[in-house]
Amino acid sequence: MKVGIPKELKANEFRVGATPKTVKRLKKQGFEVYIQKDAGKMANYSNEDYEAAGANILDSIDKVYSTSDIILKVLSVTDDEIEMMHEGQVMLSYLYPAQNPELLEKLAAKRVNAIAMDAIPRISRAQKMDVLSSMANIAGYRSVIEGANYFGRFLNGQITAAGKVNPAKVLVIGAGVAGLAAIGTARSLGAIVRAFDTRSEVAEQIESMGAEFLQVEIDEDGSTASGYSKVMSPAFIEAEMALFKEQAKEVDIIITTAQIPGRAAPKLILDYHVAAMKPGSVIVDLAASSGGNCVLTKDGEIYKTDNGVTIVGKLDQLPAQASQLFGNNLCHLLDDMGKAENFKIDMEDDVVKRAMVTHNGNINWPPEPLPVSPKKPKVEQAAAVGKPVAETKPAKKASSMFITLGLIAAFLYLLGMVAPADFMGHFTVFVLAVFVGWQVIWNVSHSLHTPLMAVTNAISGIIIIGGLLQTKDNLSDPMTIIAFIAILVASINIVGGFFVTHRMLKMFRK
Amino acid sequence: MISAQLQTASYLFASILFILSLGGLSSQESAKKGVLYGIIGMIIAVISTVLGEGVQGQIYIVIAISIASVIGILLARKVEMTSMPQLVAILHSFVGLAAVLVGFGSYLDPHTHTLVGAAHTIHLVEIFLGVFIGAITFTGSIIAWGKLEGKIRSKPLLYPGRHAVNIGLVIASIVLCVLFTMAVGTGGMMYLIIMSLIASFIGVMLVMAIGGADMPVVVSMLNSYSGWAAAAAGFMLGNDLLIVTGALVGSSGAILSIIMCDAMNRSFFSVIFGGFGAAPTGPAMEITGEVKSTDHEGVADLLKQAKSVVIVPGYGMAVAKAQFPVHEMVNKLKAEGKTVRFGIHPVAGRLPGHMNVLLAEANVSYDIVLEMDEINDDLSETDLVLVIGANDIVNPGAQNDPNSPIYGMPVIEVWNAKDVIVMKRSMATGYAGVQNPLFFKENTTMLYGDAKDSVSKINGFL
Repeated sequence: MKVGIPKELKANEFRVGATPKTVKRLKKQGFEVYIQKDAGKMANYSNEDYEAAGANILDSIDKVYSTSDIILKVLSVTDDEIEMMHEGQVMLSYLYPAQNPELLEKLAAKRVNAIAMDAIPRISRAQKMDVLSSMANIAGYRSVIEGANYFGRFLNGQITAAGKVNPAKVLVIGAGVAGLAAIGTARSLGAIVRAFDTRSEVAEQIESMGAEFLQVEIDEDGSTASGYSKVMSPAFIEAEMALFKEQAKEVDIIITTAQIPGRAAPKLILDYHVAAMKPGSVIVDLAASSGGNCVLTKDGEIYKTDNGVTIVGKLDQLPAQASQLFGNNLCHLLDDMGKAENFKIDMEDDVVKRAMVTHNGNINWPPEPLPVSPKKPKVEQAAAVGKPVAETKPAKKASSMFITLGLIAAFLYLLGMVAPADFMGHFTVFVLAVFVGWQVIWNVSHSLHTPLMAVTNAISGIIIIGGLLQTKDNLSDPMTIIAFIAILVASINIVGGFFVTHRMLKMFRK
Repeated sequence: MISAQLQTASYLFASILFILSLGGLSSQESAKKGVLYGIIGMIIAVISTVLGEGVQGQIYIVIAISIASVIGILLARKVEMTSMPQLVAILHSFVGLAAVLVGFGSYLDPHTHTLVGAAHTIHLVEIFLGVFIGAITFTGSIIAWGKLEGKIRSKPLLYPGRHAVNIGLVIASIVLCVLFTMAVGTGGMMYLIIMSLIASFIGVMLVMAIGGADMPVVVSMLNSYSGWAAAAAGFMLGNDLLIVTGALVGSSGAILSIIMCDAMNRSFFSVIFGGFGAAPTGPAMEITGEVKSTDHEGVADLLKQAKSVVIVPGYGMAVAKAQFPVHEMVNKLKAEGKTVRFGIHPVAGRLPGHMNVLLAEANVSYDIVLEMDEINDDLSETDLVLVIGANDIVNPGAQNDPNSPIYGMPVIEVWNAKDVIVMKRSMATGYAGVQNPLFFKENTTMLYGDAKDSVSKINGFL
């Protein structure tokens, strides 16, 4: 398998899809690596570094595209680049599939298998491939550095012979990955940090990073299943604005990180907030590219307002660091997809099926929503880990499948020849019930296996019906005595089983 | 009195309720509703049967159910969460017993002997099979209960040639079955009784041969058997509700057994037929290093320094009932802003999901209780892991020592954390009987003593 890394075409994009370190990892995974000349130049990675790591340098971009089976890129491809791609080529990059439907169509028409790194689902297993988080982490860090740069004072408090310095106060709005990284960085520079988020569940995370969690008086939670926050009620927003007004008067640096995927960033810092700030203070707007959280933000610009507030709408990318983390994320994904030797696009895989936005000419977007609790695939995965040798060839599998089906058919045919109609009816019910049970039980959460056992226990007390049907009015009949005992033990089972399950479930709490 | 059609309709409705009941267990939120469905289904099933045509002796039925309800509630109320496995096992034996009794009852039923030809033979085979499965479930569950309760020694009882004996017994049962179907009237009673004794013996030997860490598999396997016993009773009575319910329970138990076996990297058959599958081919890997131990204050200091803590509980926590002080500790740590989570191995404890129930009993919120797969990736960024009364499930030998009997079993990789504290009563081996190289690792420190005691003392220093 050949992996190709073209140079990014967009001006001001200094990152690159692989660094010498990740090239080494790719080689270890068994890939041949081809990289365009000077691809890493803006991130301070020289051609020699890449060559030393084992990459082959290609002169032109079209050679990279024509040679490679897998393309690693940061930003999505341009139309010219799509021209250079070929059928079956796999591409890993940012794609923003929700905003770029026509790009997906072009990629699908070319039968390119494109993986949108920004569409990797946010599940524990995929954290190591989550480029949004790794890039947000960098942005959060850089936002504080940038803010400190334009802020003309120390961030930490000091008592020196020359006099006392008060620590700077930093307000972080939005406690996602970027926000938390900003909190951590600002704290380590010695600032007093406060943070606000509409999702009350992140209070704990904010406090664990050492910041104070600011709250409005209204009790409303912005959490959603996706992890991003929802749009809040007008009353809440009013209270939020009042809170920001208070804070704006007091704090020295405001860092805003509120972004909603596929939509314009919410306006959180209005003109009167900026007007209320002290001269010399700084606003760093991480949402500048999607419209800005501050109404006065200019994307790609840093300027000073009339009242002396610096608004930063442009961040350095830290290209060397960002490329390294981005490259690692890509390596992890390739690792998960089977490395070079067993490379496979597994559309059953939870991660791949959601991130693979075009596959064999089909557009696979939007993906199915994530199940709330991880289910069956988990178990399969555990089994697969346990038995690495148990892989059989697909052809062999298919033939053994036919043999099994044949045997089943023969058995059923023989049964049908001898068994009475009555029995066949019951047998049908039995087999179908086994299948239903099989499907239903796989969905049962691991943590509920003990209650499951108690419930099935209670339900299997249904055998009581046998006793009920056999009871006679005459107590001296041995059949009645047997039936009586049967009813007795089966009922203990039913009552005891249900009661104890109820007791257990009562204890589970969030 | 209700008509047969109406009765069938009620049975169908009850079946649906039972399926919903099991489906409800897919999440904690819906589980309570699931139990309610199950109860309603059961009530409908019982009432529609009693009201059906030809049912007599209602007074005895009411008496039997009332007595049983009292016993059932008392049992369920009294049981401690740590003895859940025992209760489940003994309840399985009841289903087995009921299946045996229903089988005998059905054979005595005059209606049985009005059948002729293939229908008669098939009916007798159904009875025979129902009693066979029922008897195995009955005695097997009693032995399982005894082992879990500690009344019977837990070590597997293995004798040479036991496979031959078991096969011989099964063949004998098949012969008896043929004789039984050929007997006229209730003349086959003798064969049925002999077979019941043989099946009871098989049940005893089956479970006696399995021990220790394999108990979760045994319990779920018996769970499965009790379902098949109910299904067999359904066939002999021609009752679809029994068949459906039995099949549901049977497949549920089977799936649980498979999950448990996968979690231990063992084949289902090697567990069932006793002992570990393939014997290790060479001597176990040489363990180098020294075992360090510490005191409660030392652990408390480590806890104070750590930012993120993962707790891995095992059966030792259950035995010592340490879940309550553990919860207290978690609260203290969380109050200081630390991240505290639990990592649960699928076979920790003596019953699938045992640890979850115990932690729930101590009011630990379930969103910090994670599965093995969820926690393993995070362990390298964890400052401190507390292993409380667990051994085999945190054994690195399962990953790097091909000669270890548990090689290949997925384990919680606690050694990747910065520090590991193992709370144990002594240096004794776990149920798999293998030494744990974890204890000799440089970042591992032992804390000896009863888990509950130790945790309470640590709490004192926090």
